[in-house]
Amino acid sequence: MSTIASEGATKRTFNVRAFVNRWGILLVLIGMSALLAILTIDGGQSIFLKFRNIVNILRQSSVIGIIALGVTYVIITGGIDLSSGSLVAMIGCLSAIVAREIYGLPVILPIIVALALGFLAGAVNGALHAKFKIPPFIATLGMMVSARGVGFLITKGRPIDNLTQTYQYLGQGSILEFGQNFFVPIPVIIFLLMALIAHFLLSQTRFGKYTYALGGNEQAAYICGVNVDRHKILVYAWAGFLTSIAAVVLTARVSAGQPSAGLMYELDAIASAVIGGTSLQGGIGTIGGTVVGTLIIAVMNNGLQLLGVSSYWQQILKGVIIVTAVVLDTMRNRKKMGK
Amino acid sequence: MAEEYILEMEHIRKMFPGVLALDDVHLKVRPGTVHALMGENGAGKSTLMKVLLGIHAPDDGAIRFDGVEHLQMDIHSSLTHGISMIHQELSPILHMTVGENIFLGREPLLNRMGWVDHKKLYQQTQELFDELEIDIDPTSKMVELSIANMQMVEIATAISYDSKLIIMDEPTSAITEKEVAHLFRMINVLRDKGVAIIYITHKMDEVFEISDEVTVLRDGQFVGTEKASDIDKNKLISMMVGRELTNFFPKEDADITDVKLEARNISLGGKFKNVSFEVRKGEILGFAGLMGSGRTEVIESVFGVYPPESGEIFIDGEKAEITQPMDAIAKGMGLLTEDRKMTGLYLPLSVRDNMIASNIDKYVSARGLNAKLIEEDCEGQVDALAVKTPSLDQIVNNLSGGNQQKVLIGRWLLTEPDILILDEPTRGIDVGAKSEIHKLMTKLAQAGKAIIMVSSEMPEVLGMSDRVIVMHEGEKAGELSREEATQEKVLQLASGEAITH
Repeated sequence: MSTIASEGATKRTFNVRAFVNRWGILLVLIGMSALLAILTIDGGQSIFLKFRNIVNILRQSSVIGIIALGVTYVIITGGIDLSSGSLVAMIGCLSAIVAREIYGLPVILPIIVALALGFLAGAVNGALHAKFKIPPFIATLGMMVSARGVGFLITKGRPIDNLTQTYQYLGQGSILEFGQNFFVPIPVIIFLLMALIAHFLLSQTRFGKYTYALGGNEQAAYICGVNVDRHKILVYAWAGFLTSIAAVVLTARVSAGQPSAGLMYELDAIASAVIGGTSLQGGIGTIGGTVVGTLIIAVMNNGLQLLGVSSYWQQILKGVIIVTAVVLDTMRNRKKMGK
Repeated sequence: MAEEYILEMEHIRKMFPGVLALDDVHLKVRPGTVHALMGENGAGKSTLMKVLLGIHAPDDGAIRFDGVEHLQMDIHSSLTHGISMIHQELSPILHMTVGENIFLGREPLLNRMGWVDHKKLYQQTQELFDELEIDIDPTSKMVELSIANMQMVEIATAISYDSKLIIMDEPTSAITEKEVAHLFRMINVLRDKGVAIIYITHKMDEVFEISDEVTVLRDGQFVGTEKASDIDKNKLISMMVGRELTNFFPKEDADITDVKLEARNISLGGKFKNVSFEVRKGEILGFAGLMGSGRTEVIESVFGVYPPESGEIFIDGEKAEITQPMDAIAKGMGLLTEDRKMTGLYLPLSVRDNMIASNIDKYVSARGLNAKLIEEDCEGQVDALAVKTPSLDQIVNNLSGGNQQKVLIGRWLLTEPDILILDEPTRGIDVGAKSEIHKLMTKLAQAGKAIIMVSSEMPEVLGMSDRVIVMHEGEKAGELSREEATQEKVLQLASGEAITH
């Protein structure tokens, strides 16, 4: 009798640990939100929890969030992508130029141009890495610097505005509107949709398996017959594709293609993935984690703003959170290995 | 009519720069048999298997597998040709599940979109495990498994390819006796199905228990193929070592005086246990043993790379606390590591910068580094060791292996050590430089230094050591004086046998 009871007990404690391991980052997000909900109570109502505020957080995180989805893939293969911020600017500008020059044509055209360009730029990143054996840091750094230049070149440094209503709708519109009180912005819909696709692609398909395998042990993957080079190129191309979606959303939201847009977005995206538990060593990471990581940064920024804390503090705290997330992760892994 | 042989490798020759790794080697394996491949470290077994898998292209020779002639194999098609291999060094993808690892590269799919059929994947893994009587959860992650269970997964993976030929490279190095028995049952089932198995091992008992035929290689040459039932252990050992010691070793006597360093019962979990030894001033102590027997781990542990968990170390009779290499260096020790490129040299830096790396403190002054003293010291070592380099500014990566090794030795000599640990001091360097390093070791011993040498080369162990410690699976298998030490005795101890006289 007593043995059974104690076995049950060990099982239960084990489950708690597994639960924390799996959902820890989500618990952090919930805890942060709960704290902010209480701290921002004003006149009997929490400002943080207001529907409008929550939607705002989601909308603000959608561009970085979409980029971070692709960056998660890249980091899981053991690589890095520094080019996303500049690509957002370059692709946004080109897409805006196409949208303006070919006024009257269906809105789908500038979008197709954007997506194709994103896929292509990502594939170039991947090919530089896979075929020329350049470290991804360098390959994507080159792309980062050049793409920024291309953005300024094709716009002569000026914003491209005068976009069609339909194009702007992608960034500013919303659906499921029920009066003033309930609506879902299009960028949020796009973010969630892409997150779902990215999640299933990573967890359910062969493409996803190879992504993990490359980061876990490239040599083993090669010996098992995985076409390593081709897969690397596809992963970077997929990241570029997602970046181009973010570029379209951002361009539509601000109603212009700006060559200076997306500054430092690559680092925010990497931070989101890392906070969400993606390991820079490769082989570990989930889309769910990255979405939560994106939201943690957005919630923190929003909360500090509501509390009237200076934006400089937001910067400092963001840095602290990134480092803390990785330290906790490293400690957890070390414990696992020690066992 | 079935072919007599599933695999015929004939007249295989493989040159590496400066080394003839395989010289006219033959290997013929019959279907439905276990064929043991034996030989000392460096005999060419791994190279031969790499040629078979297509990792190396042979310079000469013919490979005939399953009735088809191949000029050279291709690593990807070797799997589809029906050859699979259990690698000695485990290569699992730690954060993927057992099932995902086994089916990597050939996942069952639900549709053309590449959607993986997880249910089928785990079902097939479970069926495979049921058939092989392996009790591991297919959905657990590799990182959660013990080393032994990882090895069982590796074995199951090789079997799951339904290969006609399975290469097992020391499959029992990481598993317990119970699992060895299990593996042998699996091998017997495979043999009955007509699968051919090439079995590489250093364990004599296993050879006679499991194999039908034995092929022996020595120094890259083919010694012979025998029926296992026709030979005994002594015959096998003499086939393996049968060379004569023609190499000249410039070992001269030195005055062997007081005990300089003593290790008492040092242990490190999973690496080695209860190892004791002492080395005296003027003595060269050799560490022999097979790869993975714990030789390198013991001496690196003494040097503080990963300190022993229990046991004590004494220097000059006093207990020494060595928890990191810095402590060891401060106590007059130097360590020439096994892999000079990985853990020794700063390849893109100059000869000068490499030489002073362990001794920079000596050259620091208030006005920066003392360039003149550095110049003098480095020139001194370059002359004394006869390092062939155009200047001290030469990038070390551009030197030959022998000269790189001399630079590293020079680095340690600059710290004026009393105890010098040399791990594979002459691995991969040419004969001339080898002999110079051997001469240098003698000179250092005569100067009263205590020298510990780890070596996989039998002639070097026997030719240079005053005393030999033989390791076997993390334990000290025995100790032989210079007079007692013979190839046969060292090999017997290294394979875990008692010495027969």
